[in-house]
Amino acid sequence: MSKITIPLGPQHPALKEPGNFMLVLEGEQIVGATVRLGYNHRGIEKACEDRSFIQNLYLIERVCGICSHSHTTCFCMATEDAAKIEVPKRAQAIRVLVGELERVHSHLLWLGVAGHEIGFDTLFMYAWKDREQVLDCLEMISGNRVHYAINTIGGVRRDVTPEQKAEILKRMDILEERTKYYIQLATQEPTVLARAKGVGHLPTEEAKKRGAVGPTVRASNVPFDVRKDDPYLLYDELDFKVITSDSCDVFGRLVVRVFELLESFKLIRQVVNDLPEGPISVKVPRKLPAGEGVGHYEAPRGEDIHYVRTNGTEKPERVKVRAPTLANFSSIAYMLEGGYLADAPIVIAAIDPCFSCTDRALSISTSTKGEYSLSWEDLRKLGIEFYRSRGIDFTRIAK
Amino acid sequence: MVSETLKAAFSLLVFPGLLFLSSFGMFSEWLDRKLYARMQYRIGPPWFQPFADFVKLMGKEVIIPEAADEALFKILPSFAGAAVCTSILMIPVWGPSSVYSFQGDLIAVIYLLTIPTVTFFLGGWSSTSPYAAIGSLRVLTQLFAYEVPLLMAVLGPAILSGTWSITGISAFFASHPALLPVNLIGLAVSLVALQGKLERVPFDIPHGETEIVGGAFTEYSGRLLAFFLLATDMEMVVGAALISAVFLGGAMGLPGFLGFLLFVLKAVVIIFILSAMRALMARIRIEQMVSFCWKILAPLSLLQVLINLIVKGLI
Repeated sequence: MSKITIPLGPQHPALKEPGNFMLVLEGEQIVGATVRLGYNHRGIEKACEDRSFIQNLYLIERVCGICSHSHTTCFCMATEDAAKIEVPKRAQAIRVLVGELERVHSHLLWLGVAGHEIGFDTLFMYAWKDREQVLDCLEMISGNRVHYAINTIGGVRRDVTPEQKAEILKRMDILEERTKYYIQLATQEPTVLARAKGVGHLPTEEAKKRGAVGPTVRASNVPFDVRKDDPYLLYDELDFKVITSDSCDVFGRLVVRVFELLESFKLIRQVVNDLPEGPISVKVPRKLPAGEGVGHYEAPRGEDIHYVRTNGTEKPERVKVRAPTLANFSSIAYMLEGGYLADAPIVIAAIDPCFSCTDRALSISTSTKGEYSLSWEDLRKLGIEFYRSRGIDFTRIAK
Repeated sequence: MVSETLKAAFSLLVFPGLLFLSSFGMFSEWLDRKLYARMQYRIGPPWFQPFADFVKLMGKEVIIPEAADEALFKILPSFAGAAVCTSILMIPVWGPSSVYSFQGDLIAVIYLLTIPTVTFFLGGWSSTSPYAAIGSLRVLTQLFAYEVPLLMAVLGPAILSGTWSITGISAFFASHPALLPVNLIGLAVSLVALQGKLERVPFDIPHGETEIVGGAFTEYSGRLLAFFLLATDMEMVVGAALISAVFLGGAMGLPGFLGFLLFVLKAVVIIFILSAMRALMARIRIEQMVSFCWKILAPLSLLQVLINLIVKGLI
């Protein structure tokens, strides 16, 4: 049978963000796959250098639309590390609370997306309906459903009242009931099992070699969780288990995520019932002393790392964001090869990719052309000529 | 002679042909979407939504790929619709007998219902897009998987009643209603196979949107797509009517309007079952579908044939 190459993306119904996967097919079987990124570069790291720390918080929040709290917390921890700021206990607890609520919302969102990718739209609708419970909690605490903006350098911006605590506990009970239903569904529904078992196999050794993180590596039976391995905030005082699975496939990733939901409920209950008293933030000067700091955080998708270098001004000198998806990308090509075309969407979705968080600018220099740069004027001229050679003239529109 | 021609044209174009079939097809599509939505805690579309979709598509631009065979690309949707409209003439809709009835019309209907599937394949293949090419290959693979169980399942009632005409089969079961439960396995098999024929979850493999975008219809747009979708809607009605006539005794001997009401009721029940199937499952892979059809559905339908042969010997 002859080989054909079909593109999955950059625009494709299976992808919620632009990314490109060239799949070489022999019939329905994938014999080769290449991954291309870079369709959604936004230059956030560079933009951070032009803004003050407080402004940066809101910019960093927009690195990811789903794990927004993870990125700000990580950035705050890096900055506080650089400036040697001690954060009050109560603020740390509130950060954990919002972080775990966010994990619940992210995993439920993933569950729905995974259902959609395997053509199970009912699961998609159910999971997203239940996700509203946790979004309502987040809105109640922070005032926003997605970009909570609860963090500030040196603490948090809003306190949690006793009424809110009661409401959160009530909603967690509802969600726990629903999660048990999803566990039953994920482990018993025959068509889900048929689509998840043995698909996107990533053996333990390969997962370690390719540096996978988060639920992806835990589903390959590696108990790697920053919350346990390098505890931050209050995690060393809280009681929870690291969920792993030894099935090393999409089924394992599904199981890890639904069981992690139960662990998150446990954490949320502990934090809410035992919220330390005290202030919610400390006063931080606008200009931070020179230094460097690293934040290390277990986002819903895996290990998130932020690096911040301060230079005594009100702006950071350098900010580096390593989003968890970047670490998981190298596993995708491995998991796709040898599988079926029908499995490609769920294999890609199983790492819970977040393309925009991951895209960084690259400068590629080839031996023939060397490195060159274009000024804005040159670039504009190039664009006009490119389209004119194809018969499209924009000069009339510009006037 | 003239009145005969007029009568034939009326049957083909008005009732139970194109006009009735397309309006009932749109109603079934709405019913299916509404039930599906309610099963997912959604509200679902208003009753005129399928018609609005049709009108909208009719007004859209038709884009034909440069590499495609233009004549073939344009004519295929009409072919699909024509085949479905012809097949309804042999199934009883108004009262206990169909417009045209002859020995062997059961086989004719099954083959007329294959024509839309073949046009989907040709349409996808001639549009030369990689997604459409893969989609149309899947259409054919799937056709070979569900067609045999479907044919064998409807064979059972034909053996039991000793006739190859759909009207005859439903007349037989109308006079022997006690024999209807004998065909339960065949009914289940044919419902699952019909789901495959209509390319709906869990068998919507030929156009699984997260895998191959629009499948065979990827390059179709405007009125051509509208007619393909209308043909699929009509196919759902004809499939439901066929199952109701062969397995459920059709009109049960009731004359005229009462028989028609019973037909509508049975079609609605069948559509409900099809929607529930769609809501309860994930899409399976093509090779899982083929092995399911050959390893489970085909033996089950053989079992049905065997049971019917034994029962036939007993009565």
